[in-house]
Order: sequence, then C-alpha cells, then structure tokens
Amino acid sequence: MTMNPDMPPSAAPMQSWRRSDTDRFLDKAFLWLTGAFGYGVIAVLLGIAVQVAKAAWPAIQQFGLGFLASQRWDPVQNIYGVLAQLYGTLVTAFIALLIAVPIGIGIALFLSEDFLPDKVKRPLVFMIELLAAVPSVVYGIWGVYVLIPFLNPVARWLNQTFGWIPLFSSAPAGPGIHAAGMILAIMILPIISAISRDALVAVPGSIRQASYGLGATRWETIFKVIIPAAFSGIVGGIMLALGRAMGETMAVTLVIGNSNRISSASIFDQGSTIASLLANQFAEAGGLQLSSLMYGALSLFFLTLIVNVIAEYIIRRFSIKY
Amino acid sequence: MAISDAAGYAGLGLKKNPSSPRTLFSSVMSVVATLCAVLAVIPLVAVLYYIIVRGLQYLSLDLFRQLPPPPLGDIGGFGNAFVGTLLTVGIASVISIPFGILTAIFLAEFAKDTNAPEENWIDFAVNILAGVPSIVMGTFAWATVVLLTGTFSAVAGGIALSVLMLPTIVRTATEALEAVPGSYRQASVGLGASKIDTVMKIVLPAAVPAITTGVMLAVARAVGETAPVLFTALFSQFWNRTIWEPTATLSALVYNFAQVPYPNQQNLAWAAAFVLVTLVLFLNILARFITRKRG
Repeated sequence: MTMNPDMPPSAAPMQSWRRSDTDRFLDKAFLWLTGAFGYGVIAVLLGIAVQVAKAAWPAIQQFGLGFLASQRWDPVQNIYGVLAQLYGTLVTAFIALLIAVPIGIGIALFLSEDFLPDKVKRPLVFMIELLAAVPSVVYGIWGVYVLIPFLNPVARWLNQTFGWIPLFSSAPAGPGIHAAGMILAIMILPIISAISRDALVAVPGSIRQASYGLGATRWETIFKVIIPAAFSGIVGGIMLALGRAMGETMAVTLVIGNSNRISSASIFDQGSTIASLLANQFAEAGGLQLSSLMYGALSLFFLTLIVNVIAEYIIRRFSIKY
Repeated sequence: MAISDAAGYAGLGLKKNPSSPRTLFSSVMSVVATLCAVLAVIPLVAVLYYIIVRGLQYLSLDLFRQLPPPPLGDIGGFGNAFVGTLLTVGIASVISIPFGILTAIFLAEFAKDTNAPEENWIDFAVNILAGVPSIVMGTFAWATVVLLTGTFSAVAGGIALSVLMLPTIVRTATEALEAVPGSYRQASVGLGASKIDTVMKIVLPAAVPAITTGVMLAVARAVGETAPVLFTALFSQFWNRTIWEPTATLSALVYNFAQVPYPNQQNLAWAAAFVLVTLVLFLNILARFITRKRG
C-alpha cells in the first residue's frame, strides 16, 4: 500500500516488503465476509418485517386499518380485529410500568448511591439481574399456581370495597388483566433498575460533591441534581421495558385468562394481548385466521419498533457526555 | 444511613438538625429506597422457593429417560423435551455464534476505522432486533422455515432462537473486541501480520473470555424461551428421529402442562421448570464467574 510506484523493479530487498497478492486478497475477503454478516443483521431485521407482512397480506387486504379498531375476533364468520388485544397489550404494559417504574428507580438509587457497602451491594445487584434471567414460562407457571391465588383475596376485597370505581368493577375470577400486569411488573423491574442504575452510576462524583458542598441533603441531591443528570438513561430504560412488556408472551398468556373481548374498564376482567392471542391460536389456525394472526404479529412488531426507536433516540440524543 | 448523612457534617456548627423537614424528608426517602430493594427481592425469592419446593420433589434421573405421560397416571418424564431443548438451542448456537462474532469483528475492527455510517446502521439494527418480541421471531421462522419445508421442526425452532440470540452475541462480542487494547493490534501489524491474522490470532483470542460470557448469556436466554419454539418446533410426545420433525422442548412442555388439570402432568411441568431454572441460573452464574475472574 505504501509502496512507491516509481521504485525500480530491480530493488529486490524492497520486494519482500510488499505483501503477497493472496495475502492481500485474503484480507479483502475477510473484510467482505465480516461485512456481509454485519449487513446480514440489517437483512434479518428487514426479513422479519417482510416475511411477516407477506404472510399477513390477505388479512391486510381484507380488513385494512380497521383491523386495529375492531374487537371482533370471530373464526366462525371469519371476521377479525385486534382492538381487544391491542387494549390488553397497552393496559397490561401500563399497569406493569405503574408498579415497576417507582420501585425500579428506587432500587437503582438504593444500589447506586452509597447506602450499602460494596460487599452487600454486589450480591444484591446480581440477584436482581437473576430476576431478569428467570424464563418467562417459569414466571407463568408460578403466576398460575402462586401469584393468582395470592392476588385473589386482594382483588376480591378491592372489588367489594371500591367496586363503584370502574377500574375495580368486575368480580375477579382468578386470571385477569391485573395478574398479567403484576407479573409483567416483576419481569420488567430488573430492566428498569439495571438501566437506571447504569445511568445513575455514570453521573460524575464531582457533581454530587458540589451539591453536598452547597449543603444539600442526600435526597435533595438525588432529586435535583442526580436524577436530572441521569434522566435520559432512566427514560430510555423505561421505554425499553415498555417494549419488553408489550411483547412478553408466555407468562402473560398463562395468567391473563385469554378472553377475546373488552367487557368493561375493570382490571379484574379476563383479557388477552396480541402476543397471547398468537400463542393460543397460531398452531391450530389456517387461512384468513392465520393471516390475521400474522397481521397481529406485524402490528406488534411495529408497536414495539416505535417504542424501541424512541428509546434508542432518547438514550443517544439526550445522554450528556461528561 | 440518614444518621451518617448528618454525622458527615458534624463539627464547626454545621451539624444538621435531624428533625428539620429537609433532613426528615431525606431519612424517609432512604427508608423508601430500602423498601424498594427489599420488595424486588421478594418475587425472586418467592419464584425460586416455589420452583425448588414443587419441582425438586418429583425430580429424578428417570425423568430424563422417559417420555411425557398421557393425562392421569404416572409422571413419566421429559427425556425427549430435554434432548429437544439441547437440539434446538444447539442449532441456534451453530447459526448465531459465528454470525454474531463475524458481525462483531466487522463492527469493532473494520467499521470503526473508516468511521462509516454503516456501523451506525448495523448497531441500530442490532438494538432494534434485541427489542423485537420473541413471539414475532417465532412467526418469522414459521413463515420462513415451516412454510418452506412443510413441517414443524427442530431446525425451525433453532432458527427462531438464533434470531433471539444474535443481538446479545453481537453486543457482547463487540464490547469484548473493543476492550482489547489498540497496542495489541499495532504490535501485530507492526510485525507484518495481515489484518486477518491480527484479528484471528491476536485480537479475537484476547477477547475470548468476554465473548464466552456473552454466548453463555445468550444460550441461557434461548434455553428458557418458549414463544419462538411454540409454533416452530411445536411439541412432540416422542423421541426425535431427525431434526426435521416436530420437536419437544422443556419450555414448551412447561407451558403445555401448566394449563392442564391433570396432576401428573402438572407435576412434570414443575419438575421441568426446576430443570430450566437450574440450567439458566447455572449458565448465568458461570458467565459471571468467567468475567469476574478475568476482571
């Protein structure tokens, strides 16, 4: 590469400095090979969208965007809409965030500030990471046999005492939207706390010291200095968790009750999410039902895509570099 | 803890008044944060406790040798599902590990040099892929493999899982390669090594422990995932003869048998859940141990 082209060909010692053609070809080939796989990742992502859209095409033609606004899921008449599932997806994810965000940020603060000596802190961080490693289906079976029986009396009490509030207006039957929300909260908790903690730890100590030096208490420092500085990371983490909650399948399918319509505004109703609908019906479906399920999968894909792109954007755009 | 706040400023008349609203608020919030951490540990302990209590009592070596039972009767076993899990995750690993590592080499070794926008795009695609719901990966593998081959199979399940594993492997391998000091590369190139030699013989070996960690985390995740295999590998009551037929997996077995009213199948589901959790946590802890030792 750095050879001087004017070099006389008789300069034999210089010849050995030049790498052989095969050598250089191999380098180029290696670059191309890795590049091909690199672009392959983009191809896989596009491939998912294209393949799912292709399989969904008959349903897209048949129902158009009205698919998202109709809650009729009727294999007998062959008419399909996923409004009920869309509602279930959003509501369960929202309940999960409502529970997991404050607790997750609390944990992140607890584990990033100097509340605990490192010796105690590290195993605790690890334990919360393990919470993320437990398979979804295991949360599911635990949810069915442990969480639901545990939640039942609480739900019944809420229904009897606050039944006049639409949110608690239906009698709990065991599985339901509330159980799905609870189990999702447990599952996204480690994501929120891990990403928030990373963001909090990244805030430089000097900022903290400056705040303490001005006489702020620990929590004044946390609320007015550290959290604002780590805000983009925390919000990005919450968005990622939201995407995760919307796409989560197995645990939700096992505890949500799998009813394909919206009966009321109550969280004790049984419901379904797009993912749980797919898990329940895909293997036995055919024809327009199958392609409607694919349409549902495509909607879910774009829904999580939007949420994740926003998360990416927030994390990249607003992260302050110190 | 709040006491130490106050104590830290002792002397010189700067002592904090523990009953002033500011300090009081601080103390209360400290308690709240502590409670949050305790609250988070409860589900972990509760899940592990029930999995151990309910799973361990049916666990025996026989479970690994026998086939899933019909409703009512013996507990049978999950031998075929255990083999099926190894099979699907094995196929997924064979695809995603080379794919992921080669992508990581491109990202860390080549795309960075040229400051090219493609690095950004690939990086972006990896992050988005990580957020794609696993059930959508299942529908993708179904539309691609099951439709094409006309049968549910371990291969279809493996391909779905490989998409799931890919982002984790790319991310951790890229980080691992980037963590190798630049001086290694300069020394290698300075000695006249080609790019391919520099990467394959110098940089990659130095990054192997960290890459192994990433691969193990990806495998752990794939072992436990159900949604991608649900309608790609499907399920089977029998031993696999080939990789081109419906294949049982442990995770699908837990899902199927968690919903039935038959005690023997439920018990088998708990035992399978125990095996799953043990495998996954073992891989996670081992992965942690490898990084710890290196760091």
